[in-house]
Amino acid sequence: MTTEIPRLQRTGFTGAAANYIDERTSISAVVKEFGRKIFPDHWSFLLGEVALYSFVVILLSGTFLTFFFQASMTDTVYNGPWVPLDGIHMSAALNSTLQISFEVRGGLLVRQIHHWAALLFVAAIGLHMLRIFFTGAFRKPRELNWVIGFTLFILAMAEGFTGYSLPDDLLSGNGLAIINGMIKGVPLVGTWISYLLFGGLFPGTAIVGRLYTLHILLLPALVLAFIAIHLVFVVVHKHTQFAGPGRTQGNVVGYPILPVYAAKAGGFFFIVFGVIVLLATFFTINPVWLYGPFDPSPISAGTQPDWYIGFADGMLRLIPPHWEFVWLNRTWSFNIIVPILILGLFIVIVMFYPLIEGWITGDKREHHILDRPRNQATRTAIGAAGVTFYAVMWAAASGDIIATHFKFAVEGVTHVLQILLILGPVIAYFLTKRICIALQKKDRSLALHGYESGRIVRLAGGEYVEVHQPLDEYERWRLVSQEADKPVIVRPDSRGRITGGRRFRASLSRWFFDDRIEPLSQAEIDAASHHGELEGGH
Amino acid sequence: MAKSDSAVEHATDAPDDVRPGDPGTGIVLADAPVNPGFPPHRPRVTDQDPKKNRSAERTVFTLFYISIAGSIWAVASYLAFPIESGNLADVRMSTMYIGIGSAFALLGIGIGAVHWAKALMSDKEGIDIRHPIHGSDETRQTAIEIFEQANEESGFGRRTLIRNTLIGALVAFPLPAVVLFRGLAPQNQDPVVALSHTMWKQGLRLTKDPSGLPIKASDVTLGSVFHVIPDGLYDAPDMLEEKGKAAVLLMRLDPGDLHPSPGRESWAYNGIVAYSKICTHVGCPVALYEQNTHHLLCPCHQSQFDITHEAEVIFGPASRPLPQLPITIDAEGYLVAQSDFHEPVGPSFWERS
Amino acid sequence: MPKLNAPSTKTARKNRKVGRRHPLATVALIAIGLGLTGGVYAAVNAAPATASADTTSASQQQITEGQKVFEANCASCHGLNAVGSANGPSLIGVGAAAVDFQVGTGRMPMAASGPQAPQKPVQLNDTQIADLAAYVASLAPGPAIPTGPQISTNGDAAQGAELFRINCAMCHNVAGAGGALTEGKYAPPLAGVTPTHIYEAMITGPQNMPVFNDLNLTPAQKSDIITYLTYIQQNPSPGGYALEDLGPVSEGLFLWIFGLGAIVGLAVWITAKSN
Repeated sequence: MTTEIPRLQRTGFTGAAANYIDERTSISAVVKEFGRKIFPDHWSFLLGEVALYSFVVILLSGTFLTFFFQASMTDTVYNGPWVPLDGIHMSAALNSTLQISFEVRGGLLVRQIHHWAALLFVAAIGLHMLRIFFTGAFRKPRELNWVIGFTLFILAMAEGFTGYSLPDDLLSGNGLAIINGMIKGVPLVGTWISYLLFGGLFPGTAIVGRLYTLHILLLPALVLAFIAIHLVFVVVHKHTQFAGPGRTQGNVVGYPILPVYAAKAGGFFFIVFGVIVLLATFFTINPVWLYGPFDPSPISAGTQPDWYIGFADGMLRLIPPHWEFVWLNRTWSFNIIVPILILGLFIVIVMFYPLIEGWITGDKREHHILDRPRNQATRTAIGAAGVTFYAVMWAAASGDIIATHFKFAVEGVTHVLQILLILGPVIAYFLTKRICIALQKKDRSLALHGYESGRIVRLAGGEYVEVHQPLDEYERWRLVSQEADKPVIVRPDSRGRITGGRRFRASLSRWFFDDRIEPLSQAEIDAASHHGELEGGH
Repeated sequence: MAKSDSAVEHATDAPDDVRPGDPGTGIVLADAPVNPGFPPHRPRVTDQDPKKNRSAERTVFTLFYISIAGSIWAVASYLAFPIESGNLADVRMSTMYIGIGSAFALLGIGIGAVHWAKALMSDKEGIDIRHPIHGSDETRQTAIEIFEQANEESGFGRRTLIRNTLIGALVAFPLPAVVLFRGLAPQNQDPVVALSHTMWKQGLRLTKDPSGLPIKASDVTLGSVFHVIPDGLYDAPDMLEEKGKAAVLLMRLDPGDLHPSPGRESWAYNGIVAYSKICTHVGCPVALYEQNTHHLLCPCHQSQFDITHEAEVIFGPASRPLPQLPITIDAEGYLVAQSDFHEPVGPSFWERS
Repeated sequence: MPKLNAPSTKTARKNRKVGRRHPLATVALIAIGLGLTGGVYAAVNAAPATASADTTSASQQQITEGQKVFEANCASCHGLNAVGSANGPSLIGVGAAAVDFQVGTGRMPMAASGPQAPQKPVQLNDTQIADLAAYVASLAPGPAIPTGPQISTNGDAAQGAELFRINCAMCHNVAGAGGALTEGKYAPPLAGVTPTHIYEAMITGPQNMPVFNDLNLTPAQKSDIITYLTYIQQNPSPGGYALEDLGPVSEGLFLWIFGLGAIVGLAVWITAKSN
């Protein structure tokens, strides 16, 4: 007695293969669940994908490089095509890097792909985070995913820095010297952390091997794990979307994964990869052959880290002289401690911003429709202030190059940036807030009265008016669809007390929603369009 | 007005906002604007015009053909442009032609696939319905019950001694692993001692970097600068670490320009002064010497040191002057150190003072 | 670390552990010592040492012509007899090399006072420069214009590169791209500078550049440095366009503007509705 096992109806090789796999993996359930999952379409939703794809490119190109690279600081003599280093002593790390560049066919291309992809990886994460921030996509239920994503940003910087240091060339060696100096400036533990990290005094013979282990084993594993968690949350939460006709907090409108989104996202991987290869084909990056081997005595003008470490280097540069004291017979290097604290505080505030804003607004609802940046003037202004703060630190890291290229004195550049570090964010905050509110008012007038058509008509009474071209209801909806908020009110807690904390929160909340413009009501819209119709009747 | 999908109508934003959670300060307007629903679908030219449709199809497969050609091109370039001659121009050719081929191979696939999706695949938008992120009440209740049952069966909450000792053990067990990391650096060395001394000692000759040739006082003319390493540096077992501490910059000024503090008058020799080259900020080599201003500039963070005033900091984030190496000449007229530096060189550290 | 002992062949370079006890080191030392004893007196007297005063080849007519050029173009700042004034330093003893460098690169005569005399189109013609150099050289002994093997580009590029990293790169950047100094001054880029001018800059120390006399960098070593600089100009980066050799700053800016810019542009295309 046998029962017929139900089989897939499709025959042929594809059907048979699908059947074979499904009977062993239950994969049809996955296809059913995800095959027609909807993903909304907007260019800014692809920035995270750029980061993901550049990371894939980094993994592929990096694996190739590991087959040739020797993470060793053993002394060797270079004999190769780059004449200006011929016969020069250098570590095996730099020697093998030069061999990859000049003696392995395609090696230089892969090295440049790896490095350009690394710069793009961190940059794409940065831009992705800016998009998330300014559209409020980090709000409930996505606060934790912001924290995870930000952790990825930190991990990416760590990956970048460890990789930058591997060739053991003069530029990266002096980068490590700076790291060594920074670590030594940390009170209490600095000396010993530096001593353990470098396996003795700087530079030692251990650091390249140790950074290599971090760079190709520990950090990539962490990055992969966090990417996996990040993406699981994206699936769980479903993607956010911008306000639009038909779109609500309860739906996702867009294209299904199969086939449209698979083609677009899959194609985009190849596009990102292709752009990276184009960069690597035509533009030199990190010419270690010019930098030569690391030696603690020489240095090059314009010694800078890769862009994503620039903000830290710039912060170091912005400290005024003589910020170091001896107290209790110990050296307190505030020229190191203060930058570390400022950077640490900046990172912590950014990392936990969703929780901070959630506490201030008291909003515990799920948000799936994105804010237009102008409609959350205070948040956008905070973001602009943060971007300005970061940009000033970043600019400071290239202060010497700014000075030579724009014919300034290097001291002047530093002084201006020192002032801007404090004033810049304040100015950016108020300016952005005013601009946002002005844009809100413009939207409001657009939604109510439509575009100015430029056509002037004379009314029967002799009055001249400009005819406004009303928006259609779909366009108008994009402008008027926004949430209404009001500040948290000081209320007694369960024991009937009004604590300082509650007062503080209420005042923060008042500040956050300060100057807000109430959203339009349907009645106002109807009234305006009625009025417009009358006017248009002339 | 094509409210084509029924899903749209049940969930306009407000007032029937069905999202879970406490609205906090969010307020629901009684008369919020009404979502107009989906606009009518606008067909593409490729949907309406079969000619355009075929043309798009041609574009897509042409792009895929280009991709194939690019891959072949890259392989051919790999073979056609050897670099083993050691000629750098060959490296450039090889890199460029393999790169161009690969870029076409990748961009052909990418642009082709996207164009296919945009022009030929259905452009009807789909809709997914969202559900609250939290589990249903029933699920949550079950989860709580499972935990309670596990607690009951194990006695985790009840048997406090078991629980607390377990927590203690879990805290303690990584400690041996932490201790193991002491082995990252040599056991028999104290970093504070190692950082406090350099190779320099009385009578040790100053030699040129990198040749190691000694320097006569008369070699150092006004306005010149010498990059100096200690004699015998290349014989040191840990050469780079010693160089990292002992690198010195030597320059000659008019003795009248120097302003030595009491007790340091004899550290210079006829206007020739030697200063540590390692920045007191974070340790870059401070090697930019301006012969007219007598300022030293660090290229990393722009700290500036005034050599006429014992290398005091006049700009930038550094705090301490560069340590001075007391020098004199030996019987043969070569410059030698009077002693080691009188303080640790390089970046500050906690135990320094 | 290779040694730079006198015979600078590759076989002579020893492992750093071997130290500098190359048999030829002592010989070289003695040779250099003997050859340059004559310069010591001048050195102690703080005059630019070692380069022999080359006034013999200049005719008296050149000197007279040079004096006229000087009085017409230079005397207002450097004083009537080149003794200097409040506006410009004395030129006694700077030698023909300094004149050829400063005037030959257009730095002098200065157009306007500033933190530093910038390179600009050359103001005088070659004859005038030669006459002027002859005149200044006739005032007092000073470094002569380098010739022959001194400015040869057949030296050892590897040694030159190492010497360049140690002595020059901190200001001029490892690739010779230039860099910032204090108070608006800068070390200029070295691309396109002739071997003669590079040599002259090293021996005369123009403006705030230190002097590299022949005891610090021997003429052969100077030629090695020139060889290196020539090499990197004649061999453009195998990796493609070098973004002005400014390192990570230009790489980062390029990536943000063009790399990410291109990708965002493509992302906009991908998500734009097809017409």
